[in-house]
Amino acid sequence: MSGGNAPLVGICDYGVGNLRSVERALTEGGARALVASDPARLLECDGLVLPGVGAFVAAAAALHQRGIDDAVVETVRLGRPILGVCLGFQLLFEESDEGAGGIGLGVLPGCVHRLDRHRGKVPHVGWNQLTVRRPSALLGGLNGGEFVYFVHSYAAIPGDASDVVATADYGGELVAAVERGAVQGTQFHPEKSGAAGLRIYANFVAGCTVPVRT
Amino acid sequence: MTLAKRVIACLDVDGGRVVKGINFLDLRDAGDPAELAARYDADLADEVVFLDITASSDNREILIDAVRRTADSVFIPLTVGGGIRGLDDIDRLLRAGSDKVSLNTAVLDRPAFIEEAAAHFGDQCIVIAIDVRRAERGWTVYSHGGRRDTGRDAVEWAREAAERGAGEILLTSMDRDGTHSGYDLAITATVAAAIPIPVIASGGAGEPEHLRAVLVEGGADAALAASIFHFGAHPIPATKRYLAAAGVEVRR
Repeated sequence: MSGGNAPLVGICDYGVGNLRSVERALTEGGARALVASDPARLLECDGLVLPGVGAFVAAAAALHQRGIDDAVVETVRLGRPILGVCLGFQLLFEESDEGAGGIGLGVLPGCVHRLDRHRGKVPHVGWNQLTVRRPSALLGGLNGGEFVYFVHSYAAIPGDASDVVATADYGGELVAAVERGAVQGTQFHPEKSGAAGLRIYANFVAGCTVPVRT
Repeated sequence: MTLAKRVIACLDVDGGRVVKGINFLDLRDAGDPAELAARYDADLADEVVFLDITASSDNREILIDAVRRTADSVFIPLTVGGGIRGLDDIDRLLRAGSDKVSLNTAVLDRPAFIEEAAAHFGDQCIVIAIDVRRAERGWTVYSHGGRRDTGRDAVEWAREAAERGAGEILLTSMDRDGTHSGYDLAITATVAAAIPIPVIASGGAGEPEHLRAVLVEGGADAALAASIFHFGAHPIPATKRYLAAAGVEVRR
């Protein structure tokens, strides 16, 4: 469990969704978790999780309204780790064609497109197996083949293919996880993906180093 | 492989306690929804559903507490249904740690509630539960826990719910519910073919072959069951082994 030296990980709270499971998964992974919407408090954290469910445009507006967008960009600039989950992952990219189109945080190159109906049912809901594309800190200890839980109607197309660390197959290849330096993200919900997901949170927490405070 | 078919464990909850007898010897409190959910998680259930069958406002706090305690130890999706009337109810359940909510009577009374809920919380967390019975022609939708005939055609209502923004349909055959004689493959296949969103089949599971049939012939994306898992006759691991041996992709 988390002690005094455990990194403090901020969970960006911008309105809706189940943040409790994210909080619990971070705690299991050895972090102290702080649910906050105040950008100043988020910037005191050693790392951030940007969770998210719902619609891209509404979420981007909610982030902006609270100033969380700036806190995320600043966290990235400072080289502190950030983990985007599901819609929070999509928001890290430059833009999405959801609704009338939306501008993302742009900390990852690429864009977000609606899943093609030819793949299968949309939303894509359920457990899918990971294929590991390259070694990464986020997926350390995972060998591929692990089942993780997806629920989404849109998918990211990274502008830099070398950011992709895992894919899944849903009527064709789907980007499941990315890592670009300290910027990490998963299209699936690791906090809903059993033991494999808890391992991912533990890996993320391990990358959130506690600065020496004097 | 592609998307796995889901096996979902359902718990009927009344006043914060699991109804129907449960037989796991290793549980401290077999009536505690949180403890049972953790057990099903360990058994590799793909999701857990709490159905609040009393749904009286007095019991809401107890249910919320059970959801909270479940979310503290269970890291698979949790859906809660029963008695949800407004956006506030949904908000409280999601904040307590539920991932999805299942709506039934409230959206039959006022279908626009589907759009409102989907717009506010995202369609991924809005499950529309449809209870059906065979009619002279087709199937008819029932509300109020299956007590009231709405006169609506089941396939039409499923289509409307999907168009209004439902993320998934939980389709229960009242004719088969509790019979252990197998799911209603015909209504499941008809609805699954009619809508572009996932269908969870419910009602009638008595043995693993029933799950295979509804997932393959019935075209369901997920099969929900309650008592066959609870009583230990067909635990989830054995059920999944049966499905895998029959060529159904499942998470193991």
